[in-house]
Amino acid sequence: MVKNSHDSYGYVSKSLHWLMALMVVALFSVGAYMVTLDYYSPWYKTLPFYHKSTGVVVAALLLLRVLWRLANLQPQPLPTHTRWEKALARVAHALIYVLLCGIVVSGYLISTADGRAISVFDWFSIPAAGELFLDQARIAGAIHEYLAYGLMTLVGVHALGALKHHFIDKDKTLKRML
Amino acid sequence: MKYFGLALVLSISMASSFAADYVIDTKGAHASINFRVSHLGYSWLLGRFNTFDGKFSYDAAKPEESVIMVNIDTTSLDSNHAERDKHLMSDDFLHADKFPKATFKSTQVTDKGDGKLMVTGDFTLHGVTKSIVIEAQKVGEGEDPWGGYRAGFSGTTKINMGDFGFKKNYGDVWLDLHVEGVRQ
Repeated sequence: MVKNSHDSYGYVSKSLHWLMALMVVALFSVGAYMVTLDYYSPWYKTLPFYHKSTGVVVAALLLLRVLWRLANLQPQPLPTHTRWEKALARVAHALIYVLLCGIVVSGYLISTADGRAISVFDWFSIPAAGELFLDQARIAGAIHEYLAYGLMTLVGVHALGALKHHFIDKDKTLKRML
Repeated sequence: MKYFGLALVLSISMASSFAADYVIDTKGAHASINFRVSHLGYSWLLGRFNTFDGKFSYDAAKPEESVIMVNIDTTSLDSNHAERDKHLMSDDFLHADKFPKATFKSTQVTDKGDGKLMVTGDFTLHGVTKSIVIEAQKVGEGEDPWGGYRAGFSGTTKINMGDFGFKKNYGDVWLDLHVEGVRQ
C-alpha cells in the first residue's frame, strides 16, 4: 500500500520515516564530531559541507512528510495502548516535528548570517536572507546545538517506546512501521 | 606691559604643553583594532573588533608621559565570515561568552624619537593578563576642520594564542591598531 490506512503506515510514510531517521542520526553524529575537528584536519571543510547539504535535503523531506501526513489518514493507536502511552506518544511525535523544524531553521541562520548561500552538494544553492538579528551565527549556533541534543533525547524515548511495544507488550506498534 | 603680555603668552603655551586628554574617536569610527593570523603560512587572514572604546593622554613634548587604555568587546569580532567568527568566539579561542571584555592599559611609554613610541602595557584577553609591547608610530596631530583637535597613532604588536590560554593554539596573532583621539 502506498497510502496509510487506519491500521498501518503506507510505503511513503515508512520510507520517509526510516530515511529521515537514518539521515537525522547521521547528521547529529557528524555535527557533534565536526565541531571538534582541528583546522588542519582533512575533514574540516568537507564534513560541514556534507552536513549542510544533507540538512537541506532533510528539510525538503520534512516538508514533504508534513504535507503527506496532512493529506493522509493516520493509523489509530492500538486498543491495547493505555491512555498515558497515547498521550506520551502524541507529545513526543509533535515535539520531534517542532524540534526538526527548529534545527533546520537555526542551522540555516548560522550559515547564512553573513549573506553567504548554502551550497547543496555543489548541485544548487539556497540563498541567504542575510543577518536578521545581531550576533546571529552565535545565537543560532547555540540554539541549533541545544535543539539537536533535545531531539536525540526524544528519539531515544521514541525508540525505547517502540521496543517496549515490540518486546514487552508484544503488540504490532513497531511492525506497522516496518 | 609688553613683557607682561609676553609672559602671559608664554605661560599659556606652557600650560598647554601639559599632556592633553584624548578620547578615541570610535563614535566617528576613526579608529580600528585589527588582527592578522597567518593562514597556513600562505597568506594573512584579517579581522577586526567592531566595538571598543578608549582614551589616551599625549603631549608631543613629553611623549614618555603618555598613557593609553582601551577596552575591547570580544563578542564584536568580525572576519567577514559568520561561521568563522562563531568559531573564533567559541571556547576553542576567545570564549567570548565568558570573557566578553579585553583591555589594554599602558604601564610605560618610551620615546624612540621620530614619532616612534614603545608602549608597554598590560593586556587582558581570555581572562589572562600579560605584559605586551606595542610598537607605535605617531601619524599626526592638529586641528580638524570642525573646531576640534586630533592626534592619531598606529601600532603593532604580536601575541601568541598559547600565552593567553586559548584551547586551540595556531600560533601568533598580530594586532594592528589605528587610533585617532579627539582632544577633550
